[in-house]
Amino acid sequence: MFESLSDKLQEVFSRLGRKGRLDERDVDEALKEVRQALLGADVNFKVVKAFMARVRERAVGHEVLQSLTPAQQVIKIVHDELLALLGEPSRLTPAPQPPTVVMLVGLQGSGKTTTAAKLALALRKQGPRSLLVAADPYRPAAVAQLQTLGKQLDVPVYADERRKPPELAQDAIKYARQQNLAYVILDTAGRLVIAEDLMRELEEIKRRVQPHEVLLVADAMTGQDAVRVAEEFHKRVGLTGLILTKLDGDARGGAALSIREVTGVPIKYLGVGEKLDALEPFHPDRLASRILGMGDVLSLIERAQQTIDQQHALEMQRKVKTGSFDLNDYLKSLQQLRNMGPLEQLLDMIPGMGKLLREQRLPAIQEKDLKRVEAIILSMTPYERAHPEIIGASRKRRIARGSGTTTADVNQLLNTFKQMQQLMRQMSGAKTPRHFKGLLPGATGDLRGLPGGASLKKRPYMVPPGRRGR
Amino acid sequence: MAVLKRLFGLDRSTQKTRESLVHRIRNVFQQAAVIDDDLWEEAEAILLQADVGVPTTEELLRRLREAVRLGEARTGEELFEILKEEMEAVLVEGVDFERPLLRSGALNAVLVVGVNGVGKTTTIAKLGAYWRDQGHRVLLAAGDTFRAAAIDQLKVWGERAGLPVVAHQPGADAGSVVYDALAAARARGADVVLIDTAGRLHTKYNLMEELKKVRRVIEKQGVEAITTLLVVDATTGQNAINQVKQFREAVGLDGLIVTKLDGTAKGGVVFAIVHELKVPVRFLGTGEKLDDLAEFWPMDFVDALFGEEKRGRG
Repeated sequence: MFESLSDKLQEVFSRLGRKGRLDERDVDEALKEVRQALLGADVNFKVVKAFMARVRERAVGHEVLQSLTPAQQVIKIVHDELLALLGEPSRLTPAPQPPTVVMLVGLQGSGKTTTAAKLALALRKQGPRSLLVAADPYRPAAVAQLQTLGKQLDVPVYADERRKPPELAQDAIKYARQQNLAYVILDTAGRLVIAEDLMRELEEIKRRVQPHEVLLVADAMTGQDAVRVAEEFHKRVGLTGLILTKLDGDARGGAALSIREVTGVPIKYLGVGEKLDALEPFHPDRLASRILGMGDVLSLIERAQQTIDQQHALEMQRKVKTGSFDLNDYLKSLQQLRNMGPLEQLLDMIPGMGKLLREQRLPAIQEKDLKRVEAIILSMTPYERAHPEIIGASRKRRIARGSGTTTADVNQLLNTFKQMQQLMRQMSGAKTPRHFKGLLPGATGDLRGLPGGASLKKRPYMVPPGRRGR
Repeated sequence: MAVLKRLFGLDRSTQKTRESLVHRIRNVFQQAAVIDDDLWEEAEAILLQADVGVPTTEELLRRLREAVRLGEARTGEELFEILKEEMEAVLVEGVDFERPLLRSGALNAVLVVGVNGVGKTTTIAKLGAYWRDQGHRVLLAAGDTFRAAAIDQLKVWGERAGLPVVAHQPGADAGSVVYDALAAARARGADVVLIDTAGRLHTKYNLMEELKKVRRVIEKQGVEAITTLLVVDATTGQNAINQVKQFREAVGLDGLIVTKLDGTAKGGVVFAIVHELKVPVRFLGTGEKLDDLAEFWPMDFVDALFGEEKRGRG
């Protein structure tokens, strides 16, 4: 449906550009695209309306009309305004006197229980220990779910299904004080409707425990109703922040914008996966790009920086340059790439890439292909890895047996590696490739112009090393 | 029925918040003396705020303008009736929402899929009770071996509904649970196996592959009557379209179950789904009780959307 806003705007303006001068009507046509992008991202209709009025005012006030690159200007204005709306990132505010009480509220299925566990883990990584409180006795097995997660993380869970949540929460805080725990995280019950009895219960909990933070946990896939839900919670229990969950999917997360606009509370964290460490601080610029459908390259780069050993990357670069890059190095690079997380998730962060792979049915670089390559290399002796040229028919048979592949697979790997080595020698003189374009050659295809690039494309699981980690 | 009561905002638990935005549309139309730009703008705003989405909203408005051009509607009141007709039409065009989902005299495997947190486990219990009441012998398979306590949750539901549950340990292979459940169904003479699956975002390649594998396990067991139902949360926005596309590509979809319908969230995105992707809606779910499930009827659904009293089935 919606490819990329910048492409669309580019198209609109190049259509208009020929007549020489832009007028307000032209800007309006471009802004229609912006509006559709925001609505497609599930930003609330009214929020879009107010937002577009602000953008239009700036756009027709010279900035765009006078510009030589109107498409970029519009994007810039929209991006700026989005950033202003999304606000500054914000973390949990610790209470002057521990424990700091954090109350999580939200609709059913928004991910409160998982988020409670993630929060406990994120805090413990910084030092403080938390107490998780299972204040949802209604959903079958919700308490058991939190207990299981607590056990996995080695975080204590306070639960008693016979007690009413408000009293339970009060007791939990006493317990946390006795045990010297720095944070108390309350996992409250969610409901389908923002129902009266639930709201009263939340008010009662709030009245009794006086939480320092009341965080709304909201699903990034929520549609227009996000505003009403947030308004209702804010009115009843007074929110202090927002955690947006399920951002690891392809939801563009317009709900964040809507909630932020109607409540004014800051966005604190983003949930980006089912694993318990998948809780990230909020970065306004990334979320803005995402809402506009422009990918999330920054997150990708950050992840690369976190997982890739700089030392190793430099060493690889040197080896590539001197042509001494062997299968041992290749294996190491491969393993580092896999450490960055599921490949499809990485690809999804590159603008247009995830979609391209899915829709064009390109031979996607798949996890299992990487695993197979890894298995083949692991079945070689270190000497063989350093000197692949000595691998003859008999060694190939052994390697194939050892890795559960065929000699054809082994051949393919060896051939591709040889081509890759040649390619590296040719490239070592050229300037350093642009940051991530070369990360996944089979997919980006930017090596096609180079000798060996075309055949590389056919075997998409070969990944040239030493070209990442910037 | 409880569901319709809730849908129509008659259930007291939803009274407080039932005044839906969409209810306003009727007033707007009825009070409009003439059909003018203001009315069109208001209509667009209301449809978009109901999550109908830009393309389907534009299509509906195009049809309404056409009706006005042809002189079929002169007043706001008349136009409102046409809007309702067209919205019903969108929900039935190109789909068969009445085709029986279960094959009689055969073992039916019903695979229930969806993203995290949409209410799959609860829905399975409701569906199980529903089909049991229609005379089927139903067995539940705890195929969500990933989420902490999902198996316990299904067991609790199974107990409440009086339905047998086949379950393995947490972390077990979903395929093997399904394998055992089908064997158990054959041994006990059950004709419907309802399979719970772990919630998964449709963008996760590996998890979607795992789902395909579950389907292959069913096929290999010689089960021919396989039905795949996608559970969609009524509060979901335009992302639901991507969900339907990806799940359909992975395991095929026979229909949708829209859950968590209540006084405010009315699942307007299903208009976009049916219009753009031609996947029929089959069931609606509201509350947490076992009978909070209803078969989908376009006319009732559109009425509920506008907060109207039930007209009854013609």
